[in-house]
Amino acid sequence: MTIPFSPVLPGSASPGAAPPATPRNLPQKGGEPNPSAAAIAAKFPALFVRSEVIWGDTNVYVHPHGVTEVVRWLHDDPAERYDYLSDVTAVEFRDFEQPLEVVWHLRSLPYRRFLRLKASLDKREPLVVDSVWPIYKGADWLERECYDMFGITFTGHPDLRRILMWETYREGYPLRKDFPLRGRFSRAEQLRQALSITTEGRYSMEELSVAQAFEDLPEDMRRRLAGGERTGE
Amino acid sequence: MGLSQTTPHGTTTTTFEPSNQESWVATRLDFLVNWSRSKSLWPMPFGTACCAIEFMATAATRFDLARFGMERMSFSPRQADVLICAGRVPFKLAPVLRRIWQQMPQPKWCISMGACASTGGMFDNYAVVQGIDTIIPVDVYVPGCPPRPEGLLYGIMMLQEKVMREKMSDNVIRNEMEPDPKSGLYIPPSRIDELSEPFGNSVQQTRSGL
Repeated sequence: MTIPFSPVLPGSASPGAAPPATPRNLPQKGGEPNPSAAAIAAKFPALFVRSEVIWGDTNVYVHPHGVTEVVRWLHDDPAERYDYLSDVTAVEFRDFEQPLEVVWHLRSLPYRRFLRLKASLDKREPLVVDSVWPIYKGADWLERECYDMFGITFTGHPDLRRILMWETYREGYPLRKDFPLRGRFSRAEQLRQALSITTEGRYSMEELSVAQAFEDLPEDMRRRLAGGERTGE
Repeated sequence: MGLSQTTPHGTTTTTFEPSNQESWVATRLDFLVNWSRSKSLWPMPFGTACCAIEFMATAATRFDLARFGMERMSFSPRQADVLICAGRVPFKLAPVLRRIWQQMPQPKWCISMGACASTGGMFDNYAVVQGIDTIIPVDVYVPGCPPRPEGLLYGIMMLQEKVMREKMSDNVIRNEMEPDPKSGLYIPPSRIDELSEPFGNSVQQTRSGL
């Protein structure tokens, strides 16, 4: 007796169903837009700037002050249901006049849609945009990275500090175009500053004991911490 | 210690025959200590990048690091003899590497494995230390990107040879290098800048913005 082989392909609803079509021969510009773009334009005419289709993906430009509103609607609306934030990043162009763009990659798993939301920030003004952390908790580290590399302040973020570079890093924001490839300070000064970091400054066990995580620690570790034992080394 | 002989082919070999030694008791003891140290080095792997993959291959069956007495990887610096830094070290990791080196008891040695650990390699940018010899003293540099296991084995054999030449009467090499308390560096800043100068094609790549 042989069992017929019926693979369950990713995205197919049931065994034997046709696999989802793989996009081929996509034009650089134009093509079928994501229906959410028209929905945003209809729902938020004051915030919507423009939308375009690049390589099959839809980019929607919105005003930076309305990002939270649009994202919350995209997340909550039953016809959109963008339940997954894949990335928050930023793009700076070499042309100084061209604004810096903050990019949110949103994915709707129920409707199999991908939407790239962009907001342009003028570089002559403070780079401030609202955080989407209240909507997607996963935006926490993504926005911290974006702040670390580009210096964009996300208002409403619970813990906005550097994540890749150390917290006392003083040379600026490395992915900005005006940042020299080798950094601003001399190698000796960079090394001197790096060696002066206290590696256990923030993440020591003593800190954990102060935080709410104390109750979740194993029994022996709680006993040791309560006895004042140093566990850093 | 030992007698260097130059063969007709021009290569120099050192033999450790009893008749070659300087003072019999001390040098016999030296030989015994060095022999036991060099044949039972316990490495502390500090693997941060692809060099660590080659290091794992070196420790695995085909190349078998255990043949050189390095059977036991010491994942605690307190029981380690030789720090093998395999991979690039970003500035954020510099104090960690320094701390690990300071936690290792004497006698201790360091192998800088690969181009990135030795010079910063292709990562001549704002985030990567330009050679771990600016943080800790290094005994053997293994070139390569990444070095093949044979290369690392050759470096380890060079280190063993270095250990065999040590003398108990000359303990300067065992002095702990104390960094300058103000700057935390143990070599002058000008020397670090000189060592970290861009070279080769990298000179043309100072893209300093607009």
